Amino acid sequence: MGTNYHHETFPWKHIVGFILSLVLTFAALWIAFSSGLATKAILVGIVVLAVLQAVLQLFMFMHVTESDSGKIQTINMAYSFFIAIVVVAGSIWTMAFVL
Amino acid sequence: MKWSEFFVTGEPLIYAADVSIVLTVIGIVFILTYFKKWKWLWDEWLTTVDHKKIGVMYIISAVLMLFRGGVDALLMRAQLTAPNMKFLDSQHYNEIFTTHGTIMILFMAMPFIIGLMNIVVPLQIGARDVAYPYLNALSFWLFFVGAMLFNIAFVIGGSPDAGWTAYFPLAGNEFSPGVGNNYYAVALQISGIGTLMTGINFLVTILKMRAPGMTLMRMPMFTWTILITCVLIIFAFPVLTVALALMTFDRLFDTQFFTMANGGMSMLWANLFWIWGHPEVYIVILPSFGIFSEVVSTFARKRLFGYKAMVGSIVGIAFLSFIVWVHHFFTMGAGAAVNSFFSITTMAIAIPTGVKIFNWLFTLRKGRIRFTTAMLWSLAFIPNFVIGGVTGVMLAMAAADYQYHNSYFLIAHFHYVLIAGTVFACFAGLHYWYPKMFGHMLNERLGKWTFWLFMIGFNVCFFPMYFLGLMGMTRRMYTYSAGLGWTPLNVVASVGAALMGIGFLVLCYNIYYSARYGERDMTGDPWDGRTLEWATSSPVAHYNFAVIPEVKDLDAYWEMKKSGKGFEMDEEKLKPIHMPSNSGRPFLISIAFFFAGFGLVFKWFTLAIIAAVFIILGLILRSFDDDDGYYISVDEIKRTERLTRKEA
Ligand code: HEM
Ligand SMILES: [Cu+2]
Repeated sequence: MGTNYHHETFPWKHIVGFILSLVLTFAALWIAFSSGLATKAILVGIVVLAVLQAVLQLFMFMHVTESDSGKIQTINMAYSFFIAIVVVAGSIWTMAFVL
Repeated sequence: MKWSEFFVTGEPLIYAADVSIVLTVIGIVFILTYFKKWKWLWDEWLTTVDHKKIGVMYIISAVLMLFRGGVDALLMRAQLTAPNMKFLDSQHYNEIFTTHGTIMILFMAMPFIIGLMNIVVPLQIGARDVAYPYLNALSFWLFFVGAMLFNIAFVIGGSPDAGWTAYFPLAGNEFSPGVGNNYYAVALQISGIGTLMTGINFLVTILKMRAPGMTLMRMPMFTWTILITCVLIIFAFPVLTVALALMTFDRLFDTQFFTMANGGMSMLWANLFWIWGHPEVYIVILPSFGIFSEVVSTFARKRLFGYKAMVGSIVGIAFLSFIVWVHHFFTMGAGAAVNSFFSITTMAIAIPTGVKIFNWLFTLRKGRIRFTTAMLWSLAFIPNFVIGGVTGVMLAMAAADYQYHNSYFLIAHFHYVLIAGTVFACFAGLHYWYPKMFGHMLNERLGKWTFWLFMIGFNVCFFPMYFLGLMGMTRRMYTYSAGLGWTPLNVVASVGAALMGIGFLVLCYNIYYSARYGERDMTGDPWDGRTLEWATSSPVAHYNFAVIPEVKDLDAYWEMKKSGKGFEMDEEKLKPIHMPSNSGRPFLISIAFFFAGFGLVFKWFTLAIIAAVFIILGLILRSFDDDDGYYISVDEIKRTERLTRKEA
């Protein structure tokens, strides 16, 4: 306690991050519903947009670059990455027999 | 939905429940009004952001849910006691095993554990509150309204009836019309959000708010297990959130994620459910390991054996728990490679678990053991949990699991780990930390009665189920015929269940009895404890520590006592203490969540949208909230401390 969390300046970073996130989300919606691309291309497109948005949010909202606890951040990111791979690749592998 | 279907009708049991609910509500309102307690309720409880009070509310809710889930269990046992019973019909039986499982795991085990961690973790690390007290209140109230929403299902609209795992296609609109499974999707979603926030809150609390000198490797074992549990929560719960959202879309808006037709993939639900579900069972067992570690080391009067190995094995278990989920559906047909991989990872979990068992045994070795109630639960845990673990390894062999899967053998396995693990731990923790919550002890004599009744009842109830499983009895069947030869063991199991019920009643009586006649704890350290929570008064002062302790050793308080000082407080060193202000907003936002959820369940979207507007309004108000808390003056601290500390 005791730390002061007041923002003295206007939170530009958050506003820009928010607007960019909205743009990316609507872009994904557009690709999925109205772009008329092939299914594969749609999938690639929305996955790329999702990863972009994740990175964007990490920098704009989560302040990855501002923290002093670099070690914890690194472990956290590495582990998140590991879990993401496990969940996605693991599910695909497990469910491959019905695909 | 027709209005005539709004209230569930036609069952005498349901009418009885209606009556008792109405009577209870009238009773509560009457008592609060008669004793003029409304303001007290609002000021002291509904608006509190104090981690200790929030913890107490979690535990009270958990005990109530244990009652509800327990009644479900007894109804099931009654139906299964003899062949061809007509006590419950198949539909009613389906509803009851569904609510039993869901309530016991999500609304009993989770809040009990979270309640204990709320009360104990800040004290163990020498902090004055959690990192985000306001968020903590919101977590609790979201859990609470989620639980209440789930619990009204059986009188309003109808219970979910597709099992606590809610497998598709059964849980989809086609086979489960009606609102029952909407309740499942929405109520779990709401309380799940609360749990996720708790995970974040306690992770930050433990990483950032430890007292000076408490390095990670000097943290008490319970705190360690909570830290790792938070990691599990943070990584596992989002999967549930997404899966439930897809389920909600399927049920409310006729999307086709998990349907049989139109490219839906019903088995994907099972896959997603268990990606969350397996870590979830470790979310409730790891803190239990922490509780047993504290209790065993205190009552063996020894430092925990192999602290580093303990930490290593918790981290190992947490890591492995994310790569074993397929063992819940070996029979789905994924093929030999997939099954072998997950079979091996599953068996590997037994290794770190075994390490821990040996650590407890070596902690006990040559200890001067005191057989308190908390210790009895912990001692009983070891052999009982081993039975559950060993049968788990049997289930882990994919080929053999084709025989065991979904039989009573499985039922016995997970009750041996969940009851002998989590439930025993909750009872041990309750007895152990009770003076910290209420300032008096739970009666030991009654506590031991509960222990023996419940522990013996548990074994009598569940041990025969291993054999029923081997004899071919499958789970979730509502009746069986006489010629199968299952009757004797089923009768035995029901007797055991009744014993457990009696044990629970004795526990409730104990809570009442101890509140009236229980021994006050004047020392703050009734068990001769080792960790910092015992350096506070009982019940703990609002601000926990008048001065923040300096930690020099793993067993910080033990070290202070051994060096002859105890936990000294120099009145000169006191400074005003900064505390967070109470707020009614978490409660009100959660009420809005309740109505939003209720609207979704019945597809009353106007109601849902209006409630959602209130939720967003609450968030906006919070963003512009400038309340920085308040200070407790040095004079007031001195007064409180003189009252509670016995002067040496
Ligand atoms: C040595 C450690 C363990 C092993 C090897 C193990 C293995 C397994 C396996 C293979 C299954 C699936 C069996 C089937 O469906 O046919 C299972 C089910 C289950 N296990 Fe464990 N387990 C272990 C520990 C635990 C613990 C510690 C808990 C919880 C505290 C737990 C809770 C459950 C539950 C709730 C289920 C059944 C869920 C359901 O189908 O409704 N297990 N276990
Ligand atoms: Cu599992």
